[in-house]
Order: sequence, then C-alpha cells, then structure tokens
Amino acid sequence: MSLLRAQGLRRRYGRRLVVDVDALEVGRGEVLAVLGPNGAGKSTLFRLLLLVEAADEGRNLLDGREARPGDREARHRLAGVFQRPYLFTGTVADNVEYGLRARGLGRREREVRVAELLTLLGIESLAHAPVNELSGGEAQRVALARARAPMPELLLFDEPTANLDVTARRRFREDLARMIRTQAGAAILITHDPADAFALADRIAVMEESRIIQTGTPEEIVLSPATPFVAAVTGAELLGGWRVVACEEGRVTVELEGARGPGLRLAGIAPDVAPLPPGTPVTVAYRPEEVALALPDAAEVGACNRVPARVAALVPAGGLVRVRLEGDVDLTALVPRHGVEALGLEPGREVVARLETSALRVFPAR
Amino acid sequence: MQALREAARLLFELSPELVDIVVRSLRVSGSAVLLGILIGMPIGVAVGLGRFPGRQIAVALIHTGFALPPVVVGLFVYMVLSRSGPLGGLELLFTPTAMIIAQALLAAPYVAGITLAAVQAVPPDVRLQARALGASPMRALWTHMREARLGIGAAVIAGVGAVISEVGAVMMVGGNILGETRVMTTAIVLETRRGNFAVAIALGIVLLAIAFAVNLALTRLQQGRRPGEVGGSAREGKPAR
Repeated sequence: MSLLRAQGLRRRYGRRLVVDVDALEVGRGEVLAVLGPNGAGKSTLFRLLLLVEAADEGRNLLDGREARPGDREARHRLAGVFQRPYLFTGTVADNVEYGLRARGLGRREREVRVAELLTLLGIESLAHAPVNELSGGEAQRVALARARAPMPELLLFDEPTANLDVTARRRFREDLARMIRTQAGAAILITHDPADAFALADRIAVMEESRIIQTGTPEEIVLSPATPFVAAVTGAELLGGWRVVACEEGRVTVELEGARGPGLRLAGIAPDVAPLPPGTPVTVAYRPEEVALALPDAAEVGACNRVPARVAALVPAGGLVRVRLEGDVDLTALVPRHGVEALGLEPGREVVARLETSALRVFPAR
Repeated sequence: MQALREAARLLFELSPELVDIVVRSLRVSGSAVLLGILIGMPIGVAVGLGRFPGRQIAVALIHTGFALPPVVVGLFVYMVLSRSGPLGGLELLFTPTAMIIAQALLAAPYVAGITLAAVQAVPPDVRLQARALGASPMRALWTHMREARLGIGAAVIAGVGAVISEVGAVMMVGGNILGETRVMTTAIVLETRRGNFAVAIALGIVLLAIAFAVNLALTRLQQGRRPGEVGGSAREGKPAR
C-alpha cells in the first residue's frame, strides 16, 4: 500500500486552476520527484501534500486514511523543507529541536536526537552557532536536519537546491541522499532541476501547467517521454516545423514543412501506438549527447540519419563541450573535449551530425 | 538655581509624600500599560495577520488612535464613569482604576498599531514552516510572534511612552486628590501652578529617570543580550560560502 496517495487534488487561486492532479502516490522507502518548470504549480502541490494548505477538491490518503490539514496525528507523520530554509531566531540546535518540541519530546531525548543529526550532516560544530551566521549551504543543511529530526514517515522538499551555488548544491545532494537512505520512510522532492530528480528519485512525476503528465522511473522518462515537454524537461532538444512523410510500425519519416521537392528527411520513432498519417505536423526530440559528429569525408557507419552542418559555436559544459551546429536544421551536440580536438572542431568547420533512428522521438505538434 | 538645589535636597531626603506619589504613578502607569498590551496586542495580531472584509478600515482606525488627544479619552471615560453614565454605578470616577482605564485606552492603539506592523513584517512562510514541522496553529503563531519580537518590543515601549508622561486624561478622571489619585504628572502641574518649582523639578527628574530606566530595561529585553542574536527576523541564510 502506498504511504501517501493524492486523489483528484484541485486548487484554485481566483479563477486560475494551479493544481489539477488526478492521482499521485509515494510508497514506503520510495523517493518520488515532481519535476516541472517554474509556474507549473509544484509549490502549491507541495503545500497540499504537506497538509499546510487545504485543497478545494480531492483528498490525501495517508496509509489509506484521509488526512486533512487540521489532522494533528497526520501532520506529525510528515515534515517539509521549503525552498528558502527559514530558520527561526536562535541557535542551530534550537532550530533542529523545533519539531521535537512540537511533538512534546523530553529535553534529554531532544538533545540526543539533535546531536545525532548534526553529526550525520557533519555540522556538529555549529550546534550553538546563531543561525544568522550561517552560509546558505549550512542553513539548508540545518533545515534538512530540522525536518528530519522528528523522524517523519514522509519528508517533502520544495526546490531544496534552488538557492545554492554549484559546490553547495553537490554537497547538499549528497546530504539529501544520505538522509533519505538512513530513514525507512519516503520522500517527495519538488524540483525544476532534472539533475536533482535523476540523482535522487526512484520515480519521477513530470508536471506541466498544473497537471502531472507522466510518471515513471528515471529511465522510462528519458527513454520514452510521453510528450515533447517531458522530453525537453529531461534535457532533450526539440525541433519544430516538420511533417510526416511516412509511418510504418512506429518508424516515422519526416521532412521540413514547406520544403519544395525532396529536402532533408529524418527517420525516428513515434511513442504513440496510433500511426501518424502523412502530412501530420510533428515535433522531433533528440538528446544532444546522442548526436555523433564526423567529418564529411568519413566512412558511412550503418544506417542512420545524416545531417550536414557547420559548427556555429563551441560552449564548454563541464567536462564536455556543447557544439552548436547550423545547417538545414540547427542541432546541438554534446561532445567530449578529446572529440573536439580529434575532429579539429572550430566555428565554420563543416561536419556531419549522425543520429540513430531510435534516438529521434516524433510527437504530433500541438 | 535655588529651585534646582532645593529639588536635589528633596530627592535626597525622599519625603514620604514624594515616595507615595512615585509609587502610585508606577502602579497606575504599569497597570495601564499591561491592560493596554492585553487589549492592543491581540487586536494588532488579529488585524495584522487576518484577512477579512473591512481590514483596511480597521488598520486606519488603529492608526487614528495614535492621534487620540488624552483630554478626549479623559472626557469619554469621565462620561462613561460619571454618576449618570452607563458605568456610573461602579463608582470608579476619581479612583486610580479610572486613571488606569483612561491610560490603557491611550496605550492600546500604539501597542496594536506597532504590533500590527511588526507581525506583518515577518514573512508568512514562518508560520507555514512551523506548521510543516508539526507545530500546532498556536505554536506556529507563537513562533511567528517570536520572530516579530523586535517590533513587538517597540510596541510595548511605545505603549509605555504613551502613558508615563500623560497628564490630561488622568487629571480629568482622577482628580489629582492627594494621597489617592495624585501621580507625578498631575503633581507637577499642581506644584508649578503653586510656584513650588523645586518640588515640580524634583518630580520631573524622577519621572525622566523612571522613563529612562523602563525603556533601558525593555530595550535590553527586546534586543537580547547574546552577541550574534541581535535582530529578530527569521533567517534565510547568507549566500553560500
């Protein structure tokens, strides 16, 4: 049985429907990420699931029993960390024991629990530090310890890494993973950052314009996105302005709309079971890491899409280089640094971009 | 100069009459501030955090209370407590209780108005965060008020300021009766009229000293004593180091 199950949750602000979720659930020991862009309604959903705001319609079931915002027992089984770690006036220890006081634990037990958690997060030296002396990363870790201290069955996080710099974000992700692993309960992570979702979640629910549009394991979400939005939110690039030429057994051939005579054609696969009739306007999605680059005179390797292009720009992206290509169709490739050197890539260089048929997803255009 | 020397002598001698006036002043003003807090603070919190129709009018009314002339409050309390007034049967007119009521009505708008601004200045996320950690609505409200403690301290200080040197209202409803309702401010008025400047100056010095001591104590309470804890608002953390 799922630990928390949301059914038909609706929340309106004025006339605007900000949350319209038919079903969402998280099981014991599971980490669920709700992934979506800003303005999708994620933070409102966070407050509804955390039972600090009432839904206009629908209900939350905790272990099969309905839980409402005023339900004290249910609230004590949950704890949440907001996007901005709001630390109350006082010391780090005062903050970490807040939830324990709210649950009426004795002083001795509170002290032991606080010491354990601060040690787990490596901030035991900060126990008596006033919270206004903490850095953003430290403050976020204190907020994490504070939420975890009462050992809630379900921990909820709203954009926990949004206000952290790259280094603090990496460290916090590790803390979060350790914190989640050391508790038997479940966690819901609300985030706009696919890196957080893929690093921490067992399942991902993608949210767009107040609705959950796809739920699945990280692998399912990446390999079989249900919509162009899901593909884009997980890091794929979208190519618009194409139309279907032929469609057979899920394999789709498309060409640029408005092309006179035989133009550039690409072959991809359509996630929908229903075949796409010729002439259907479509959007094509691909992942930059699946674009292979070769020089124009390189030998053909198997059957795949070949797109002649010219290097427009090279942008370093961590250990990789993001190569922007111009041509009949503008593409982006993620190439290792040694690949850039081996091919002698520089702006203006002619190349051929290769894309396997299975790496192109074809969706009906909206 | 002679009046100043005489005032100093009176202060050192601590005449029983002077002590009696000072003690009564402290009792009346202290009780009035406490009553003003009891009335003003819940109103300030309710209007500051509540969302209801007519809220802006309520805020404007509270702020209008800042400009309430003491003699108007004195007149109102006098009419209510006078023999022919609705509470005339209680026979409170010309008693310290009447003075406390009048001064509390003067202090309450200051306490309410500044409390209102203080609790509003704390982001509502504080209560949500407290609730998210399992706090009851009352505990969450208390946490919110703790975060507003600087402003709430200022509200109490303003309430003290509104009553400690007030003379118009207490004169009207207390009557300045020796040994019963005479307080420092009314005594200063009386002694000045009589030409006893030394006594008036001595009382003025005591009044200022008490006002300073009370405000110093409240300021220490408000600002906290431990270094690094100065500043009452909830923290969101500095940029990551």
